[in-house]
This record gives sequence, structure tokens and C-alpha cells, in this order.
Amino acid sequence: MNNRTFAPRTVLQERTDPVVDAVAPKGAGRTTVGNRVPWDYIVLVAIIVFGATLPFVATVSTMAIAMRVLVFAIMGIGWNIMSGFGGMFSFGHAAYFGIGAYSTALLLVRFEISPWIGMLAGMAIAALAGMGLSYLALRYKLQGAYYAMATFAFAEVLRLFAFGNGPLHRQTGFTIPVRVEESFWMFQFKANSPWYYWIGLIMVAAAMLVSIVFVRSKTGRYTMAVRDDDVAAAALGLNALRYRLTAVAVSAAVTAMAGTLYVQYYMFIDPSLAFGPSVSNDAIITAVVGGTGTIWGPLVGAVVMGPLSDLTTAFLRNPPQWLAPLAGHDGVDIILYAIVLIAVVILLPKGIYGTIRGKVTKR
Amino acid sequence: MTVLEIHGLSKHFHGLKALSNVDLTVEEGEIVGIIGANGAGKTTLFNCVTGAFPPDSGSVSLDGKDITGMSMHRLAGAGLARTFQLMRPFSTMTVVENAMVPAMHQHHLSAADARDRAMDAIAMVGIETWANDVSGSLPAGVLKRLELARVLALEPRVLLLDEVLAGLVPAERTPVLDLLERLRHERGVTMVFIEHIMAAVRRLSDRVVMMDQGEVIASGDVDAVLSDPHVVEIYLGKEYDRA
Repeated sequence: MNNRTFAPRTVLQERTDPVVDAVAPKGAGRTTVGNRVPWDYIVLVAIIVFGATLPFVATVSTMAIAMRVLVFAIMGIGWNIMSGFGGMFSFGHAAYFGIGAYSTALLLVRFEISPWIGMLAGMAIAALAGMGLSYLALRYKLQGAYYAMATFAFAEVLRLFAFGNGPLHRQTGFTIPVRVEESFWMFQFKANSPWYYWIGLIMVAAAMLVSIVFVRSKTGRYTMAVRDDDVAAAALGLNALRYRLTAVAVSAAVTAMAGTLYVQYYMFIDPSLAFGPSVSNDAIITAVVGGTGTIWGPLVGAVVMGPLSDLTTAFLRNPPQWLAPLAGHDGVDIILYAIVLIAVVILLPKGIYGTIRGKVTKR
Repeated sequence: MTVLEIHGLSKHFHGLKALSNVDLTVEEGEIVGIIGANGAGKTTLFNCVTGAFPPDSGSVSLDGKDITGMSMHRLAGAGLARTFQLMRPFSTMTVVENAMVPAMHQHHLSAADARDRAMDAIAMVGIETWANDVSGSLPAGVLKRLELARVLALEPRVLLLDEVLAGLVPAERTPVLDLLERLRHERGVTMVFIEHIMAAVRRLSDRVVMMDQGEVIASGDVDAVLSDPHVVEIYLGKEYDRA
């Protein structure tokens, strides 16, 4: 009976039209298998090549926004791996971002160790911390909102720890010492150097690559099976805990990379900037606005959310006639930012990319 | 040869005795039907055997090896699989991707080979029309058979089926029954199945076990069990005797 062959209906073949794939590359659970065109990789290369030209055309202030987009993108991509594909909602990704930032800064400032070593150390520590936390949480059956609260508490514990820890400079945090000459090895360039952007772009590419490879891998598929129904997955022989912890480790390591980029570019980190709740929010909002559980969602979310607060601020600095009374009031730009965010979540519940993909592929 | 041996299995939930002292022995290639009213402990028995939760006392062994309280995924790996009464699809995946999961995991197949095996499995249960549809949006009759297809892709030696026919219209039931008979015949799969549809119980079972209030109250040949006065009383009520 194993030599039965299956002929797909023509209707099904139309679903895999390469034109459709190009518009909407495969996302979660819709990964290509075998010898189809690897659109994800092609699109990624195109985005990186196109994105690399930005410093030649953009102003200094635009480049500052672009740097924020890159940091958001790495965090969103990282968050999406465990929360989107793995189904474990993290409300404390600041923990992993902060571990990356602090590992880099601590090793550089106190021991003059290269930020690249610091980045690898931070990624390893973040992965181990995430697995330790998640093992305990899942061992004691914390799921859904309770798991999210545990992750939130974990980030807060780290923030308070950094706040009160002498070797971590307490609330003062770390300032990266300025060097005389530029150095790749020490990840430092003159102010406004495009190299920060290009290195950040490579980091985003690496994060995307990890995400795509993960989703296409067997481990990624098993992780999504566990997300969809952990009991059914276990009944089919899958060790749910193993795949969940793998997703957490990958997610935490990717997010820690954003911490390194942040601290080397802004040359400063303190407990709130590293472990504060707003950092966790940035990771969540980026992925949710773009589309959780999709490969490209977090990247789209970062491109939209990165400039948004600047756009709302700029808009209210010179508002149109009918909004003139709002000008010059503190906080109104943040209210506008929030309104835009709420509108996106209500009107596009699957995120910007998720909704578009849903329309194109009819799923 | 005895494949599955359950001895003195008991389980209670906060004072409610769900299982008390259940014994059941299943021989290789045998098909055993479990019948009983709702709440008789049939699904609890499956849950205790397959590691969904550990029993309070008693033992379960597979091929003579003690497997009491072993986790569900290890048992599935060892060849003891189950289906669920309620459908549990991987709802973001297509039908064929659902069946590919056990094919890849259990048999270490490449994605392409796993797809072939998954296609075989879903063709066997007759849902190949929906192969590339996302499972979350499909009707119950398809999902019910997907449960079975996924287990087929796993290729277990012992299969515990929890009401596989429920939710299927009569025309869909016969092919599933044919399939289960073929599975025993061609692959030598041992099966224990919970079922309320008596025609199916009569057709498939080598032996029937009747459960009531967590206990096995009758066991043996189909006709003998169904004509047991105690069974008649539970299934049809006392009024039936007086009538």
C-alpha cells in the first residue's frame, strides 16, 4: 500500500503559483519542502542589498531612526521565534536584551574584551537564562498568561539586580569609553559612521536567517506542532518540553544580539534602558504590529514602528490648521502614537504582514 | 504473546473513583472493544495507560516491560499510540503537514519522504481531497479521520482508539472499519478501541470489555458480554427486564 501515488488536484497546484509566493513568501506552517524555489532567502538577500544603500541617500537624522528600526527588528524577530512560532508569550524580553547589553558593556569596560566576544557571551547567557526560567515555569505548569507574568517578573528581577549591584555600576550603568581611532574588533566608529548601520543590518540579516532556517527545520515544525496542540504532539512522540526550550534558547540568543548593537551604538546602558518594561513592549509591539508567527512580520513591524514616534512628534510640531490647538503640549505625540498603534491592532488583527498574506493566500 | 498487560489499575480524582482495580490483557494482533456508559472510566483507562497522568496504583506493561507512568511521548516512541475523542489537529498546518509530523519524527524521514508517507496515510483514511487545506478550518468528519491518519503515519504496534467513529456519518464509517481490519491483517497492529456504535463493536472485536463506574464488569466474547444480564441492565435499564 506504500506505493500508492497521489496526484494533486489542479486547484491545489494553483495555490503554489510562484507569483503568489513572490508577493507573500512562505510563513509559519506554510514552509516549502523539497525542490521549490526558496523565496524566503531570495527576498532576504534583496532586502539586505537594497537596505545597504540607505546611508548614501539618507540624512543623519534619518539614519538615527534607521538604527532604531534595526534594534527593533532584531528584538521583534527574536521575540517572534518563541512567542510566535513557539506559542509561549513573553512579556519579559528585556531580560535577554539587557543580558546582551550588559555582557557586552561589562566585559568591554572592565576587562577591555571585544564587544564581539561580549555579544557571544551575552547570547549564551541569555539562552541559558531563558531555558532555566522556562524549564521551571513549564515544570510547574505555568502556561499562557501565567507564563507571561513569570517572564515579566524575571526581567524586573534582573533590572533590580543590576540596580543594586556594585560591579554592574548600580543605577549609573555603563558608558562605553571613546577610542581614538575606529576599530572593527572593538566595534567602534566615529559618530554617524554608516558602519554602525551596516553591521546592524548584517545582524538583522543573521536574525532573519536564523528565523527562516528555524521555521523550515524539523525542529521548527515540531515546535509549531507543540504550539498548536501540545497533548496531540506528545501523543505522536514529540517531547514538547524539548522543543519549547529550544525555541526559547534561540529566541533569547537572537534578542541578546540587539543588546550589543544598542550599547555599542548609543554607547550607554543603565538598568532601565536594558531591563525596563518598555524594552519588552518594544519587542512585542514590533512583532504584533507586523504579524506574529510569520517570518516577515517582525521586520515589517520594525520598519513601521521605528519611525512612528518621530513621525507623530514631527507632525505635531507643525500641525495642520484644525489640529493647531494640540501643538506645544507635552505628551500629545505619545497619545497619537498610541492611537495609531491601537488602530493597527484593531483593524489588522493578524498584523500588517499577516493580514496581507492572509488576503493573498486566502488563509 | 501478550503485548499489553494492565494489572490492578486504580485512579481517583478527589474522592471520585474513576478506575478501581482494572485488569486487562491484550494479545498480539488482537482487537479488544471497550464499551460502557459515559463516565464509566474508559477514557481514563486510556489516559492512565498512555501516560497522560499516572495511575494511583497498579501497573501497565508493554511487551513484558513495565511502562507504568511513563510519559506520553516516550510511549508513542515505543510503539504505543492513541487517538483522542475530541479532534486535536495542528490547526495552522495543512492536513498533509499534520501527518508529516509523526512521519518525520518517528521514522527520521526527510521532509520529501515524510510527505509521501503522510500522503499514503491520509489517502488510506480517505481525506486526500483536503490534503493541502489548512486543518483548522475543516469539518469534524475530516478532522476525525485526520486523527487516525496521523497515528497511521506514526505506525504504532499497539493502537488505542478513543471513539474514532464518533462524528462520522454512516457512509464514512464503513471505510474506516475496513481500514482498521486491514491494519490488523497487513501490519499486525494490536488495537483497543472505545466505541458506542454496537455494529462496529460487533464487527471488529475479538473480545469485548464492559466497564461501569471504573470497574470491568464483564469481559469475553461479544455476544456473551452483550447478553450478560448485568450488562443489559446497565445499557438498557432495569425497566427492560420487567417489560
